[in-house]
Amino acid sequence: MADPRDEPSGADHGAVTTQPTTEATPPPVVPERGAPPPPTGVLGLLVREQSIIVPLVAVVAALAIGAVLIRAQGVNPTFAYETLFKYSFLTADGLQGTFEKMVPLILCGLAVVIPLRVGLFNIGAQGQLMAGAIAAAATAHAVREAPGVVVAIVAMVAGILAGAMWASIAGALKATRGVHEVISTIMLNSIAAGLIDYLVNGPLKDPSSAYPASFPAPEASRFVPLGVVPIGLPIALVLALAVAWMLRRTTLGFQFETIGRNRHAASYAGIKLSGMIVLAMAIAGGLAGLAGSVEYLGIDPYRYQDGIAGSLGFDGITIALLARSSPLGTIPAALLVGALRAGSSNLMFNTGIQPEIVDMLLAITLLLVSLPIIAKLIFRRHTAKSSALATSWGS
Amino acid sequence: MSQPTATVQHEAQQEAERLLDIAGLSKSFGTVRANRDISLHVRRGEIVALLGENGAGKSTLVKQIFGLVKPDGGTITIKGDASPVKDPRDAIRRGIGMVHQHFQLVPVMTVAENMVLGHETTSRGVLDIEGARKLVRELSAKHGLKVDPDAEVEDLPVGTQQRVEILKALSRRVDLLILDEPTAVLTPQETDELLSVMKELAAGGTSIVFITHKLREVLAAADRVYVLRQGAVVGEVATADTDARGLATMMVGRDVVLRVDKDEATPGDEVLSIKDLVVLDDRNLRAVDGFSLDVRAGEIVGVAGVEGNGQRELVEAIAGMRPPQSGRIDLLGKDITKANPHDTHVAGVGHIPEDRERHGLVASYSLADNLVLNRFSEKPFANGFVRDFDEVRKNAESLFQEFDIRAAGVTAMAGSLSGGNKQKVVVAREMSFGPKLLMAAQPTRGVDVGSIEFIHRRIVAARDEGAAVLLVSAELDEVLSLADRIAVIHGGKVVAEMPGSDADRTEIGRLMAGDH
Repeated sequence: MADPRDEPSGADHGAVTTQPTTEATPPPVVPERGAPPPPTGVLGLLVREQSIIVPLVAVVAALAIGAVLIRAQGVNPTFAYETLFKYSFLTADGLQGTFEKMVPLILCGLAVVIPLRVGLFNIGAQGQLMAGAIAAAATAHAVREAPGVVVAIVAMVAGILAGAMWASIAGALKATRGVHEVISTIMLNSIAAGLIDYLVNGPLKDPSSAYPASFPAPEASRFVPLGVVPIGLPIALVLALAVAWMLRRTTLGFQFETIGRNRHAASYAGIKLSGMIVLAMAIAGGLAGLAGSVEYLGIDPYRYQDGIAGSLGFDGITIALLARSSPLGTIPAALLVGALRAGSSNLMFNTGIQPEIVDMLLAITLLLVSLPIIAKLIFRRHTAKSSALATSWGS
Repeated sequence: MSQPTATVQHEAQQEAERLLDIAGLSKSFGTVRANRDISLHVRRGEIVALLGENGAGKSTLVKQIFGLVKPDGGTITIKGDASPVKDPRDAIRRGIGMVHQHFQLVPVMTVAENMVLGHETTSRGVLDIEGARKLVRELSAKHGLKVDPDAEVEDLPVGTQQRVEILKALSRRVDLLILDEPTAVLTPQETDELLSVMKELAAGGTSIVFITHKLREVLAAADRVYVLRQGAVVGEVATADTDARGLATMMVGRDVVLRVDKDEATPGDEVLSIKDLVVLDDRNLRAVDGFSLDVRAGEIVGVAGVEGNGQRELVEAIAGMRPPQSGRIDLLGKDITKANPHDTHVAGVGHIPEDRERHGLVASYSLADNLVLNRFSEKPFANGFVRDFDEVRKNAESLFQEFDIRAAGVTAMAGSLSGGNKQKVVVAREMSFGPKLLMAAQPTRGVDVGSIEFIHRRIVAARDEGAAVLLVSAELDEVLSLADRIAVIHGGKVVAEMPGSDADRTEIGRLMAGDH
């Protein structure tokens, strides 16, 4: 038997020792809460509004860093920014350009936001947009004899379906084989690019075009802007509202959110994870595909050709993170990014600064907004765990 | 034991060096007191087991020894040096090694590369891989732990990966090796191998502290055992002086016998019928292995057993969360063997899951949402596709009253509640829809005394309203005080069934330990 002196205090000295009853009773747990009280005052305001403050701080900081870079090129930053934003917002051409950019940016932003809510990081909006655009081009050409409205509707539906299908591949791989969606969507981007390259050089090539390009959209099906407002803009705004409503108020949104926040609990609660993952990706892909078909029908040269997709799909990632994965947040985020993109060529014209400065500004913004460390530095332990959602890569 | 032998042992132990001495160690996380005034010691060359349920504070204790967690109070003396353990680096310097439950190896690297990771030797800037290989072979030979230095870690079976971890710890002069649940991921054969390795290491003068909740391992390998419950050491005994029954009593026994007032059960029709059920665990071993049991309306059947005997897999299979390998589960005559969690819920199974944080709740959801977590799409909480927040809130407000949930309000986040109130939320949800079968897995784990009594009363009330209740608990007292009928589970099957009224705890303890 062990030496009594070696035993923990309060123990009896039997072969099997137990402490007296009173000692083993657990202390009454404070019943109300385990978390610290919510902060009040200025800090409380910061914590409550951090979904707005973090992106604002990131944008302002990015513009400040951009100012240094502009200064280094010998241009007055105030003048440069003034030139850029004046053109984007205060001239008819510029404002129309801003709005035109906003349409695919909002839709691609939503295509990243929805999977983020389910805990997936969709890097594939670019490929989904391209799939949508080429499908729109192919179907519009196939039904080119039909009335313009019919052609436009067929092209949009085809674009939505193609984008949805393209994204579903990544969703299905994730749901059945556990393939990480970041990897699969990046690969699907490349596959889409390769396939389209073949199509616009082969079966879908317009023989009258000097360089590889699809057949143009029939004249009657092209979108005509209402003043400076492209037809796509109200569509995108309504869809942003619809996605917000879907996530907030519907049972589908609840299932998405539950999976994103605790997928073990979701599965316990009877939510079918695989089906929901594929569905979330399909909806996301459909939105990006719609963006592709709207580009095709609404933007000169009204055809699919190299470079038409630009980096719209990737900008969607910036938008979603800037919006802190809020569907309505994509609207101001897209307005900002759209204005920067629309104003960049004018900036070069007036100041000689390369338009790539806009890419740099966006990259810096993305870097800042996606660094959770910033939020942690500012908010320390008051930062709710759920705010990490926007940067979660799922699993 | 005879007195003279004990005295001889006693003197021998006196002479042995006290390698580790812990006095009055305490640690709290928020309102949870993970460790309460813990005192223990480890002698040179001794194997000490820390035995206790999940959440008893074992891991917190060893993390403090290894410098991963700072104690709130108390001292840790290592080889006579009572200065605080600053961090793992400091612990390693002072001769402590730790093998974590989750291995810290790089899967795509070889054994030799993993071995020197973090303290690589280089010659002219190039990694001295030959030296690393030699180190592995030497250590391997010295300790009798066979591993191939050039094998890639991801290709190795789990048991061998663990050997690499142990060798890695031993590669830095270790006096005390801490193993955190080393057998949790091992097959029975690998477990036996590990236990013999541990004994050889101890014979060579290395002290070992290992965490487990398996009685057999304690008896097979340890010299002494400390039993922890709710953060405190509730017993210390030499393994030579005890047996599985004694350890089981110490581990699961609650000193406060919670009396539950209940009338005689009036069992009705058969609700749940399980026949020859086989369910695999995460390692594809047969955790549930030929389990058969019936539960009738209006009775509480308690499944008593030491943890890890298939209880978790059994419950998950009934709930539809884990497809059974073979056998059959019927609920009210309907085959639910292949049902998913949604189907079983609709069929009338209320399930209080063992792990409420993981399965039972979404911490960042409001209580109101958590209270409809598996009913969000049912009327009146949704009209077709659209959720009805008014009904969700009304439901929450009435359950708040009924289940005495203490929180800031129905919109408070579930994560902000205490354990007892979290559990009340889960219990309220699973009872509120009038389940035909209420399945309660460890329903009062980590819950304060007041909530325990409340939850017990509600379980009895559910029975009296005609529900069949399947209670699975590692707390023997809980089973004894609630169950109308007791089924003892060991090795994934029922080894004995008896009426709750004339159950003898000694007898059940013996059966739980596999002695039948």
